Amino acid sequence: MAMMRAFLLLLLTALPLRAEIAIQQVTSPAGVRAWLVQDPSIPFVAVELRFRGGTSLDAPGKRGAVNLMTALIEEGAGELDAQGFAVARDGLAASFRFDSNRDSVSVSARMLTENRDQAVALLAQALAAPRFDADAVDRVRGQVLAGIASSDKDPGDLADRAFDRLAWGDDHPYGSPGSGTADSVAALTRDDILAAHGAALARDRVYVGAVGDITPEDLGAVIDTLLAGLPETGAPVPPRAEFRLSGGVTVEPFPVPQSTVRFGHEGMKRDDPDFFAAFLINEMLGGGRFSARLMTEVREKRGLTYGIGTWLAPMDLGETVMGQFASDNARVAEAIEVVRAEWQRLAEEGVPEADLEAAKTFQTGNYPLRFDGNANIARILVGMQMQDLPIDYVQNRNAYIEAVTVEDIRRVASRLLRADDLHFVVVGQPEGLGPAN
Amino acid sequence: MLRRLILPAFALAFAPPAAGDSGDVTDFMLPNGMQVVVIEDHRAPAVTSMVWYRVGAADEPPGKSGIAHFLEHLMFKGTERLAAGEFSATVEAQGGTDNAFTSWDYTAYHQRLAADRLDLVLGMEADRMVNLRLTEEEVASERLVILEERSQRTDSDPGALFSEQRRAVQYFNHPYGIPIIGWRHEMEGLTREDALAFYRQHYAPNNAILVVAGDVTPGGVRDLAERHFGPIPPAPDLPPRVRPTEPPQIAERRVVMTDPRVAQPYLIRTYLAPQRDAQTQEKAAALTYLAELLGGSATTSALARALQFDAQVAVWSSAFYDGQSLDAGTFGVAVAPVPGVSLEAAEAAMDEVIARFLAEGPDPEAFERIKAQLRASEVYGMDNIAARARRYGTALTTGLTVQDVQDWPAILQAVTPEDVMAAAAEVFDRRRAVTGWLSRDGAGG
Repeated sequence: MAMMRAFLLLLLTALPLRAEIAIQQVTSPAGVRAWLVQDPSIPFVAVELRFRGGTSLDAPGKRGAVNLMTALIEEGAGELDAQGFAVARDGLAASFRFDSNRDSVSVSARMLTENRDQAVALLAQALAAPRFDADAVDRVRGQVLAGIASSDKDPGDLADRAFDRLAWGDDHPYGSPGSGTADSVAALTRDDILAAHGAALARDRVYVGAVGDITPEDLGAVIDTLLAGLPETGAPVPPRAEFRLSGGVTVEPFPVPQSTVRFGHEGMKRDDPDFFAAFLINEMLGGGRFSARLMTEVREKRGLTYGIGTWLAPMDLGETVMGQFASDNARVAEAIEVVRAEWQRLAEEGVPEADLEAAKTFQTGNYPLRFDGNANIARILVGMQMQDLPIDYVQNRNAYIEAVTVEDIRRVASRLLRADDLHFVVVGQPEGLGPAN
Repeated sequence: MLRRLILPAFALAFAPPAAGDSGDVTDFMLPNGMQVVVIEDHRAPAVTSMVWYRVGAADEPPGKSGIAHFLEHLMFKGTERLAAGEFSATVEAQGGTDNAFTSWDYTAYHQRLAADRLDLVLGMEADRMVNLRLTEEEVASERLVILEERSQRTDSDPGALFSEQRRAVQYFNHPYGIPIIGWRHEMEGLTREDALAFYRQHYAPNNAILVVAGDVTPGGVRDLAERHFGPIPPAPDLPPRVRPTEPPQIAERRVVMTDPRVAQPYLIRTYLAPQRDAQTQEKAAALTYLAELLGGSATTSALARALQFDAQVAVWSSAFYDGQSLDAGTFGVAVAPVPGVSLEAAEAAMDEVIARFLAEGPDPEAFERIKAQLRASEVYGMDNIAARARRYGTALTTGLTVQDVQDWPAILQAVTPEDVMAAAAEVFDRRRAVTGWLSRDGAGG
């Protein structure tokens, strides 16, 4: 019993941990803004660049161009072919990663202090003067095509694609995968890739975060070197996407013993005044905790799944509330009914004070733990800038969470969670679900 | 949403080589035999706490495959003091997160939270080390969860099924041949009594290691560890970790698997390979270089250069080795052919690369680059506190010591091209290898 009392004492005195990171804004000599956390304790720096637009900037009929271009950035630049570039990068023990998604192209670099200038020069060359050699294009195109073929056989990817197509339509980039189709990728030319480079990597849409062993002055110079060869403007970002999906179930037959499910409906913008209430609603319904309602009802009580989760997806051009799980074909229909019922219950009844307090304590206590490692923090810094958050957001974020009341939850839940609008895409051979209804 | 998970063997095999550590690591032993490792990192007021048990899927009784992992799930049910689910709920109420994972050689439970809440989680970990209570209902419901986990992670993925089949063929006699999740027909029969028997036999302070990494001091951790774990008596009859061993492997094996869900055919060959042993890590260090030289870089490694650049044979290729296991592990090579190239042709091309490497040896510049990258990985590795904690836990549950972990970077730096060639000559013995083809139709389609 002594141990039990100790637990209670700690629970009562639990105070939110402060995120003790000092973010400074740096403006480079050429006028590019960046956020920096200077920490010299380990002799390297993580730099994150993100260009808004991403695969949504693909020109009509050129689906997959930005994705293929991004994969080719490290395949030769300036005087160096793909082999030469890799040899130079590995010789410096630097790490460069290039990635694209529907809203951005990202560049994640780790560079040792001892040879930072050389690593920066190499990365700058890759960004400004990628060669897109014919043999590299063909080789990487083959890898992209192999990835597309694998997605065609992957239940999770099939479910994501079907949901996006139904939700956003074929005429908006959000409705199709950014990697493109086998046909669209096969047809891409070197000119298409060059055009995608000019469209996606431009100075008017770049966001920069850096964390580690670097001074503000040095970071300013690094940024200007990295961005020196890029054009001032790129392609315009497409208009907002219209969410077109109504409630129901869509079955995509696939020969597997277990059904993979994606579900959701339209969501809430990141700058909505009720966003923090919506965030906590999601936390209680299907957020990261084992004690979230869906985890409790679908996994712990009924053993219907290994894991179930939901998330808010406030994207640049549209918003959703999404969820996912997998359940054996014989039992997936029951799991879907449980999800609908929990959705309805929270929308109608809100939550008890104790549930809200538990969610707040978790969120306020967990927030500082996100600032873990230089590369992670650099990514967070860029994310905050892209969401147009103020530089002191980190200090105030927990106060926004604390300010949400049970009345806010009830009011926002009835707006956010609409059980009748939930659409379930089921990939598998589910029992008791029609092919489409 | 990966929770209470099984470590994917493939991901492990591709993990970057371990980095080294400086003088911020302390270790000591409690009188009851529980080992404690403290890694100081005061950059943020947070802590990662892990309790590792020297038991995993390779320690299961015959016919009970999956019991180590099933017990890991059940450890989140109640004790005399805590209701089912209260462990995680209590950690979450502090803003922390918790989870667990199981491998062949270890089972680990971990939390990440504010450093001043360490007392709380150590109290609960000590409690569930000896006071687990399970009801039949909890066991029945959780059995459904692990079966769903198997459906999701293995049965829905031909690559995972292929890996399971190849592994079963790699080991004639050693229990590394069984899957961590378990064979479905055996999982269906696992009972509350099976779980509790396994628990009573293996969960004890003298079979456990506490690793605490973050904003803590060795003295502070020692006080807490003594208070919470100190009173637990050691198990008097802890079984020795002696598994059935492999007979001489004298017959090459082939596994040909077809599955209509395969989009990209590929082949993998794994050779039985020595693991890192206490004070004997040199051969494993040489094999680490061998994997890097053959298939580490997607551009400049020997396989990539020959099969993706000099000739267009492969979409991707790889070589992998992970020396962290208690008993013999594997060294692997893999090739996914481009459309129009059969698995047979891809395998022949792969063997040509290996033969040429054995004849010519490594490119000296490539060797030096890898050496520099391994050195730099020590710097980058310092940034990931959870990975540092895992490195010690993995080592100490697979027969290594703290000293071995700290010696490893220097041993890597001392490897010569001659060491690599000697290790290669020894490991590339087809009689101890399993070659697997995975495709839709058996040939490469």
